[in-house]
Amino acid sequence: MATAAKPKKVDRRRFLTDTARMTAGCAVAGSLLAYVTRDAKALPDTALRPPGALAEDDFLAACIRCGLCVRDCPYDTLVLAELGQDGPATGTPYFTARDIPCEMCDDIPCVAACPTGALDKGLTNIEHAQMGTAVLVDQENCLNYLGLRCDVCYRVCPMIDEAISLDLLHNERSGHHAIFAPIVHAEACTGCGICEQKCVLPEAAIKVLPVRLARGAPGEHYRLGWEEKEAKGAPVVEGIIDLPDRLPGPGTDNLAAPGGFVDGLPASPESSFQGGGFEPTYKLPEVTR
Amino acid sequence: MSAKGKVHLPVGQEAIEEKGWYGAHKFLIWRRVSQAFFLILFLLGPWFGIWWVQGNLAGSMTFGFLPLNDPLILTQMMAAGHWPETTALIGGLIVLAAYALVGGRVYCSWVCPINPVTDGAHWLHDKLNIQKGWQPKRSARYWILGTVVVVSAVTGTIAWEIVNPVTMVHRGLVFGMGWIWGMVAAIFLFDLLVARRGWCGHVCPVGAFYSLVGIRSLLRVSAVKRSECDDCMDCYAVCPENQVISPALRGKGEASPLILSPDCTNCGRCIDVCAMDVFTFTNRFDTHVEAPNDAARVTEPSNRHAA
Repeated sequence: MATAAKPKKVDRRRFLTDTARMTAGCAVAGSLLAYVTRDAKALPDTALRPPGALAEDDFLAACIRCGLCVRDCPYDTLVLAELGQDGPATGTPYFTARDIPCEMCDDIPCVAACPTGALDKGLTNIEHAQMGTAVLVDQENCLNYLGLRCDVCYRVCPMIDEAISLDLLHNERSGHHAIFAPIVHAEACTGCGICEQKCVLPEAAIKVLPVRLARGAPGEHYRLGWEEKEAKGAPVVEGIIDLPDRLPGPGTDNLAAPGGFVDGLPASPESSFQGGGFEPTYKLPEVTR
Repeated sequence: MSAKGKVHLPVGQEAIEEKGWYGAHKFLIWRRVSQAFFLILFLLGPWFGIWWVQGNLAGSMTFGFLPLNDPLILTQMMAAGHWPETTALIGGLIVLAAYALVGGRVYCSWVCPINPVTDGAHWLHDKLNIQKGWQPKRSARYWILGTVVVVSAVTGTIAWEIVNPVTMVHRGLVFGMGWIWGMVAAIFLFDLLVARRGWCGHVCPVGAFYSLVGIRSLLRVSAVKRSECDDCMDCYAVCPENQVISPALRGKGEASPLILSPDCTNCGRCIDVCAMDVFTFTNRFDTHVEAPNDAARVTEPSNRHAA
């Protein structure tokens, strides 16, 4: 018995030592690997995922980097990120809008090709894609904002008048021209990037950014009073007192009070008081015909 | 047998004399052909516009209807919390079934694009007579495999795909290499200078995974004529996992002549290199051993020439 017990004890010690060594080694290697995966999650701002791509965190759990979406893209828009050369996690598909934008195929072949669901088959209408959001990042160089009629981003937008519209502004510089300002409506923008690619400037003034960068978010409890009022068909709060509106101009006494304001009179005028004697410091320019 | 003076012949020399150069390299050649085949199949599209097969070793689509997917990647995906769509599941099951049948590590020796790299490193290692260096336990790869699945679950990513040289090299050759050559060079140097047979034999979790897939595989190498063995040790010298040989070759009497270890890659080099034709491919239920028989020994050479 004694002779049998001795080697067993040594075996147990050896087993425990080996296990501890392997565990420690794997903990070190695993931590390194986990660190590298964390690093790989940082998607560069110019890299856009294909239509229907899951949110980046979920995408890296689902994309096997097989490149079938790349093969089925008829415009060679999509590429697989190359190790050490491209920013996105190596081997994952992306596109750069300024190089080749997404042409928004009706049948969305890249999504159809994805075997794992990293590109969500729930996207059946390409107009609902959200690859990013176009933002006019540089109004100072945008030709339209300078008062010219470039309009290229607006004209080439596959969602013209929905995703980009031209809003008329007064041209302060010339005093009598209009500025046709390109305004992006993020709800309709698919992030295809055609506007960015076609922008005539050497460096595009309109760029497609990841949605997280392009958009703010309202507070969950925010309500737009005028929308609520319209939906209700009546004031949201009954019997609310309408406060006087402030007119443009200097000073704090430029109130268009319903009852008017007369210097020297008590702060709360009699209800019978009907204006008279009120001279605002600010006057609207007189219209002369 | 040492009386014949065969002991000091270079590895495989005896087999070449006995069976000719092709006979002594048959499986090696066919293995290289197979490795090239699985690479060229994927390169037909990008190089020649023949799109029979699209994708890469991680996932592919053949003739537009046959999906094939790496089951280890799907395992990590599920650990990361994403359930794959049916196409990938079917593709993964087909691959699992195929390797469960022919031997999991057939992937390593007949398909994997890293295998020629590590084989090359080992060839040079032998030529330069370098010491074997760091030899982590053979079981290390199973620990690494477990670690990879845990890291996938913890980080919510397909973790090994961020560093996996197997899929990276294949993807790189088909889609664009980037700095992947650097990774190939690193593995070559690791196997050459740090650890003999280090990557495939001790580290790679992909190989470990396929070992488990083929743990009950049908196709096996058997030391059918182990009684003929003249102890030249050539099979041990060429075998990338030579711990698998002894139980079969040195087994006595009733002991099975089959190499049943899932570490065996079914590369067939032992068959090539054996001048006595001890080894052969067979199925896992074929446990017959050719008895030491003087008559058989006499007729054996003539049979070989007749064949």
